[in-house]
Amino acid sequence: MTRFWPSDDLLSWGRVLRARHAIARPQWRDELPALVAEGTEAGRKLLAIGLRRSYGDSGLNPDGAVIDMVGLDRAIGFDPRTRLLRAEAGVSLDAVLRLLVPRGFFLPVTPGTRFVTLGGAVANDVHGKNHHRAGTLGRWVRRLGLVRSDGKAVEFGPDDTSGLFAATIGGLGLTGIIAWVEIEVMPIASAMMEVETVPFGTLDEFFPLAAESEAAFDYTVAWVDCLAKGGALGRGVFSRGRHAATGPLMVGKARRGPSLPVDLPGLALNALTVRAFNEVYHRTARRKAGRATVSYEPFFYPLDAIGGWNRMYGRRGLYQYQSVVPPAAARDATKAMLEAISASGEGSFLAVLKTFGDRPSPGMLSFPRPGTTLALDFANRGASTLGLMDRLDAIVREAGGRLYPAKDGRIPAEMFRAGYPDWPDFARHVDPGFSSHFWRRVACA
Amino acid sequence: MRVIVLGATSAIAEATARLYANEGAELLLVGRQSARLDAMADDLRLRGAARVETAIRDFVDCGDTEAAFAGFVAALGGVDHALLAYGVLGDQNAAQRDPAMARESLDVNFISAACWALVAADALEQQGRGSLIVLGSVAGDRGRRGNFVYGAAKAGLATLVEGIAHRFANSGPRAVIVKLGPVVTPMTEGFANRKGLLWATPELVAAIVRHSADRGGPVVYAPWFWGWVMLVIRMLPARLFNRLDI
Repeated sequence: MTRFWPSDDLLSWGRVLRARHAIARPQWRDELPALVAEGTEAGRKLLAIGLRRSYGDSGLNPDGAVIDMVGLDRAIGFDPRTRLLRAEAGVSLDAVLRLLVPRGFFLPVTPGTRFVTLGGAVANDVHGKNHHRAGTLGRWVRRLGLVRSDGKAVEFGPDDTSGLFAATIGGLGLTGIIAWVEIEVMPIASAMMEVETVPFGTLDEFFPLAAESEAAFDYTVAWVDCLAKGGALGRGVFSRGRHAATGPLMVGKARRGPSLPVDLPGLALNALTVRAFNEVYHRTARRKAGRATVSYEPFFYPLDAIGGWNRMYGRRGLYQYQSVVPPAAARDATKAMLEAISASGEGSFLAVLKTFGDRPSPGMLSFPRPGTTLALDFANRGASTLGLMDRLDAIVREAGGRLYPAKDGRIPAEMFRAGYPDWPDFARHVDPGFSSHFWRRVACA
Repeated sequence: MRVIVLGATSAIAEATARLYANEGAELLLVGRQSARLDAMADDLRLRGAARVETAIRDFVDCGDTEAAFAGFVAALGGVDHALLAYGVLGDQNAAQRDPAMARESLDVNFISAACWALVAADALEQQGRGSLIVLGSVAGDRGRRGNFVYGAAKAGLATLVEGIAHRFANSGPRAVIVKLGPVVTPMTEGFANRKGLLWATPELVAAIVRHSADRGGPVVYAPWFWGWVMLVIRMLPARLFNRLDI
């Protein structure tokens, strides 16, 4: 009897692409070999999916098969002395934190949402606000288990010489099913964060502020108002923090806050409302500037407070555009991108700016590299939105930068290949039974 | 708190066991597949369970249930709650044509469940305290063409547990049948559209199961609105009921 059932409503976080998949929902690790065999039979392509926070099409496999990993959400082992945590790939970072924080430990690296799976975090080699100190999550992976379409279950760590480990870290799930992951976690004294908020008036103020903050703080990030023009271009709010030395080791309630039950009409987010939001955000930040002690949840995961916030962008969905440009070109390229966005009026009210450090990413397809990264959300308005992103592409390419596959739903193949010159090496490690819409778009075109 | 979970690898049992683990309970997980029981046990320990033991048993085997259950109690050093959580949905179309398949469904969902519920009830009665929580189904409240073999077994089980609760009345132990509406679990995999208000998650019903171990009953609906829905459905005259495609 088949374990794969047809599904028409599988969406990525951006909700742009709607397609048909055959989906299986295992609960146990011992089910994976048979599911991989069934998912890849007769030339069908397979992909693992998790909590579907990837924005574009890297987590979609239209007309193919997907294995939903969220039923494999068990912790396997944790040793506080070695600080090694092993868990099934479908466990959420939220669940991992619930296990770690009361014991006085924390994720070595966390992205901006805790509702991603551990396997997905490794497959996208995620980074966080501490990239300048800790690098990507992949640097903290000590071991992982992979189920391949040839029926083999293999496990390896950073000492692997075959290249399969480096391909799997940030490998977008294309090297096989990640069944479990072991990471090294870090000790904390408190669940509280010491946070400083510093408004800045222009982009030129951002860079020295970032350099100074990185020397003194574990975590740095900035929000920029990308609708501000002229003298206010690049104004924003810098946020920097560190784990507090004292305070309780407790996690928030499991129950989430409000969530968006329906798609807002496409018109809800327009240049006017985004401008108004940005104005209010900037003024509030200026008023509240200074030091505060907050729990880790609002510091790392402000958007997790609103479940399904992506539905705010209406039925047509959203694109996210995240680039990184090398340090030498960072200022000019970032300025050019902000000018292009400001001129277009395609408002992005979740614009995040951060400088990456020089800790090398272990994955062949890992996104972070030294330089400045800018992440932008755009409501999908069709041709005008795609046109703006094409203009941004030109700026990023000129600067020698690249885009983040986890966020992408439209990158031209040549832009991907230019940004990831090692991609042919990576392609040799792709499991022949696995694929995704993203991969077919950038590598098979 | 010492908890015996019969049919521990069912999705609802695991979700309920996680709630017990959060409370620091001691758990005995009983099922057929040792690798799965072990995977679950490792996880529950890290979630805060004071102790997790496992035992292998095929519940359809009703021989020597008394000694087996006594062994479970001994393994934990006592029992406060016993949760009976296994069952098979089966294929109604096949079951109504093939007596062997119908019998298999009745064996697992009623005969076996009744045997284990009865020995658990004896153990609780002897010690004069504790709760027996049995997972039932709204399918047992009125026979429908879609699942009446399964429903008949669950109806029998509900009557049995009600009877145990009656026997316990005015004494220490408690017995509860938790009648579940549709839940998104491997058991209902393949159902066309498992979304909407009528479908519950294992986590949601687990919270009700956990709560009903302490108070309420002897009949609890999960979620609660099924009590009212099934009241209406039971009251419908056959002429009207027969015209409904449910």
